[in-house]
Amino acid sequence: MAAAAAGAGSGPWAAQEKQFPPALLSFFIYNPRFGPREGQEENKILFYHPNEVEKNEKIRNVGLCEAIVQFTRTFSPSKPAKSLHTQKNRQFFNEPEENFWMVMSKDGKPVIEYQEEELLDKVYSSVLRQCYSMYKLFNGTFLKAMEDGGVKLLKERLEKFFHRYLQTLHLQSCDLLDIFGGISFFPLDKMTYLKIQSFINRMEESLNIVKYTAFLYNDQLIWSGLEQDDMRILYKYLTTSLFPRHIEPELAGRDSPIRAEMPGNLQHYGRFLTGPLNLNDPDAKCRFPKIFVNTDDTYEELHLIVYKAMSAAVCFMIDASVHPTLDFCRRLDSIVGPQLTVLASDICEQFNINKRMSGSEKEPQFKFIYFNHMNLAEKSTVHMRKTPSVSLTSVHPDLMKILGDINSDFTRVDEDEEIIVKAMSDYWVVGKKSDRRELYVILNQKNANLIEVNEEVKKLCATQFNNIFFLD
Amino acid sequence: MGEEDYYLELCERPVQFEKANPVNCVFFDEANKQVFAVRSGGATGVVVKGPDDRNPISFRMDDKGEVKCIKFSLENKILAVQRTSKTVDFCNFIPDNSQLEYTQECKTKNANILGFCWTSSTEIVFITDQGIEFYQVLPEKRSLKLLKSHNLNVNWYMYCPESAVILLSTTVLENVLQPFHFRAGTMSKLPKFEIELPAAPKSTKPSLSERDIAMATMFKRFSCLSLPSSWDYRYGQLYVLFLRHHSRTSNSTGAEVVLYHLPREGACKKMHILKLNRTGKFALNVVDNLVVVHHQDTETSVIFDIKLRGEFDGSVTFHHPVLPARSIQPYQIPITGPAAVTSQSPVPCKLYSSSWIVFQPDIIISASQGYLWNLQVKLEPIVNLLPDKGRLMDFLLQRKECKMVILSVCSQMLSESDRASLPVIATVFDKLNHEYKKYLDAEQSYAMAVEAGQSRSSPLLKRPVRTQAVLDQSDVYTHVLSAFVEKKEMPHKFVIAVLMEYIRSLNQFQIAVQHYLHELVIKTLVQHNLFYMLHQFLQYHVLSDSKPLACLLLSLESFYPPAHQLSLDMLKRLSTANDEIVEVLLSKHQVLAALRFIRGIGGHDNISARKFLDAAKQTEDNMLFYTIFRFFEQRNQRLRGSPNFTPGEHCEEHVAFFKQIFGDQALMRPTTF
Repeated sequence: MAAAAAGAGSGPWAAQEKQFPPALLSFFIYNPRFGPREGQEENKILFYHPNEVEKNEKIRNVGLCEAIVQFTRTFSPSKPAKSLHTQKNRQFFNEPEENFWMVMSKDGKPVIEYQEEELLDKVYSSVLRQCYSMYKLFNGTFLKAMEDGGVKLLKERLEKFFHRYLQTLHLQSCDLLDIFGGISFFPLDKMTYLKIQSFINRMEESLNIVKYTAFLYNDQLIWSGLEQDDMRILYKYLTTSLFPRHIEPELAGRDSPIRAEMPGNLQHYGRFLTGPLNLNDPDAKCRFPKIFVNTDDTYEELHLIVYKAMSAAVCFMIDASVHPTLDFCRRLDSIVGPQLTVLASDICEQFNINKRMSGSEKEPQFKFIYFNHMNLAEKSTVHMRKTPSVSLTSVHPDLMKILGDINSDFTRVDEDEEIIVKAMSDYWVVGKKSDRRELYVILNQKNANLIEVNEEVKKLCATQFNNIFFLD
Repeated sequence: MGEEDYYLELCERPVQFEKANPVNCVFFDEANKQVFAVRSGGATGVVVKGPDDRNPISFRMDDKGEVKCIKFSLENKILAVQRTSKTVDFCNFIPDNSQLEYTQECKTKNANILGFCWTSSTEIVFITDQGIEFYQVLPEKRSLKLLKSHNLNVNWYMYCPESAVILLSTTVLENVLQPFHFRAGTMSKLPKFEIELPAAPKSTKPSLSERDIAMATMFKRFSCLSLPSSWDYRYGQLYVLFLRHHSRTSNSTGAEVVLYHLPREGACKKMHILKLNRTGKFALNVVDNLVVVHHQDTETSVIFDIKLRGEFDGSVTFHHPVLPARSIQPYQIPITGPAAVTSQSPVPCKLYSSSWIVFQPDIIISASQGYLWNLQVKLEPIVNLLPDKGRLMDFLLQRKECKMVILSVCSQMLSESDRASLPVIATVFDKLNHEYKKYLDAEQSYAMAVEAGQSRSSPLLKRPVRTQAVLDQSDVYTHVLSAFVEKKEMPHKFVIAVLMEYIRSLNQFQIAVQHYLHELVIKTLVQHNLFYMLHQFLQYHVLSDSKPLACLLLSLESFYPPAHQLSLDMLKRLSTANDEIVEVLLSKHQVLAALRFIRGIGGHDNISARKFLDAAKQTEDNMLFYTIFRFFEQRNQRLRGSPNFTPGEHCEEHVAFFKQIFGDQALMRPTTF
């Protein structure tokens, strides 16, 4: 494996200042119960990437992980090892379902600094957990696959899913936001919000097979009928995978709004992002991705219909036992399309009014990341664009690292606290934690002192967060 | 046809009078709505009965010849009796005034009096074939004074007491109508107008018959925003209704009623055409702002509501009957007389009888049977006859007694069996709230006008009257929504959708939503464990901030931990709940946070040291206790120049505790200079 070789062969010396992006060395899933006896070790392995690795090495690596977990369990029975740092690599362990272990290892640069890179540990542990959540969203739990078709089926599903998913894993662009796994909410006035509510309720009524609905605008969430955790991962899928895939055709103007070829249909901008591409094609396939939600209790299997008009996207989730026909899709298109088009332009208009009212848009002196654990609301002025492949931040990576360090400090204690760090080149980094909310501010003010920085942050809180209880 | 199908009925307690017969003449006065039964020219008695007064007035008068017309002035002060074509006799009914009759002859030579109308308690108009004469009656002098007169050829006349307008038919074809308006001693001539007569065969002379014309006022307004000079403001809008029978030669579909609007100022304008789609004998009533057209041939009636949307052709609006034609509800003549004969079965009354005489606005008289009825509209049956809920609401909101019917329509459309779709429910809510908002606005501008002191300068400024069409949040909550959310069989999705739709509608009309509606939403969401939905609603401030709501959220914390944060945020936004915030934080043992908060808003000089020290002690965190204790020592120093607590602060126990843990020497020493 090229990546492995590169990881092993290069150190910080070789690259001087330049940092090599971290690469995925291996990723495997195993269950120690499946091969408890000697000679059966191979049975434990459910998935192994890269698959080209020689069988014995796979077994060795799995065995090593098993041993580490067992060994650390003696010290902390409830919280066994989460990660392992070696000179050559780092490994992250996660046991999402009982006895099912997921392990990810990436190349590690031997650290010569005294500072531990805790940020990265937390980031990659989060990435690993996200891998499972994403798998579960589209495949259900490991256990369910076992029940449905035994190890064979589970292996098939894992292979099918992770083979593609791992290619989209860009570890180098992961940062604090991956730890939060937050949801960006679209700011909206009450009246427009109520109109959207009304729209959703009406659509659910007229398309009576819809079980849940989610509504997004500009890739930001406005309404979720799903529970928070399910929405979190679905949001991740929509914003990092499905929507970006459809940006290109939009930009190319391929979806002309004038659809004169559809008789009796009002002119609208609606189209399916999942499901049939062309409703006029009688052979169009109405196949929608299946998703699994509420896996802890009701365990529901749903079809995911994503329909979009301009910047507004609606996800209709219908029970998997119901098979949406082309007629249904046409009906949905004719009901939802015109209304969603009107609603999307309403939202856009209202958004522009609100933006104008909020005053001048002069570049502020600071950048911030906000996250609320309670509703997973996330807001970042640090990131210009965040997709799995690119994390376009407007600040130096070192500052991002400081943010991660502060976050680790916050995780260690339950109390509210505030940390102010003086970074290089006139930068100040402030972290505040108050009642399950976290705020990270990066200020750049020449010759500012601690008191001035504190004042600045107070001002920021007063303007940006005046309607929430945020202790200063 | 079931009973629930009839939407028109005769009033239950009619005015009963002696049947018309050769010795008993019956007269009806449209102004006072009184029936006069005159026996033998008055010699053997006159009995006057009105719809409101159950005590008839009876008196005798000398038989001085056949009575042509007999009417009381308003408030029954003076009786006027016409016995000849030249004179009218008067008799005072005012206590202490002479009851001797006095007579007034019409001023115009060779004119014949067609009739007279009282326009007030002492003002009377004579209508002659050559014009009109407006008199003031001076009862104490037993004489009349001519105020004004006008000469023109009159074929017939019609009087609308509600608007005090007399309509005179002039010209050979009788179709040019000249209105006059009377008010407080003045007579004003309004612009005349012509009624277009339908084409008639050459052989017959077309003419406008008095029978085909009616006058009625509709849509009294209660708003204080209208112009005070207009009578529209006080009496509603005056319409002249013309029943146009289409001649058989023309290939039209039937007769129609043409409505001319007669404004106080400006010309009369043809506004509405009511399509009857049938021919024959018709009679008109106006009930509850509805035009009722009775059709004798089929013995049915139809109703028209000109406020409902019709087909507008650029100048007039065409209307069709609101509902299918129905008979007036069968009526049983009540049995009167001795109790012994009540076992007799009641006699069904012949409806649409040719002996019926119809008067405006809502009166039907059967002179041969001796009954005067008020025609009434029954709203309940209409609910099922009008399937379009939006139109039904438009219709009901214009009716006087609509409140309970509307509320029952709302309950019905939310019931499982008759459940309406959400867009329909939204339309209904929007219509209710549109009416509600109009009233709130009128109230507000009234309040502002009162505040600005306009009430004295403008006597016409009246407090807006709240009609039954104003259904506020408490009405809808009490009669519709609270019962609706209790229904177990109702899918919660629908319940929430309906509540949100009502809240959306209120917001759309910029009506502040009452907190009990929000509580209903929260209650429903909590019952179904839909906390995340609740969270999202709060996040977008759909449920408005209030202290009760914040407290409700606090109580939900054990089921849904984020409720705590939501509650604190809400208290913070209220900005009047700082004490509550401190209490919440202290109850969570967040003593330092509470102190920092109160210091942040500058209230730390007035807080009770004991309360904070108590809370700090409870945490069993000695360092925290130390910090809090030191803070108050410093406060004491700053405020009183000494770090010691005063006896009034009741902190002795905490001082002792502090000493016990940290030693005497840890106490702050007073700074002295």
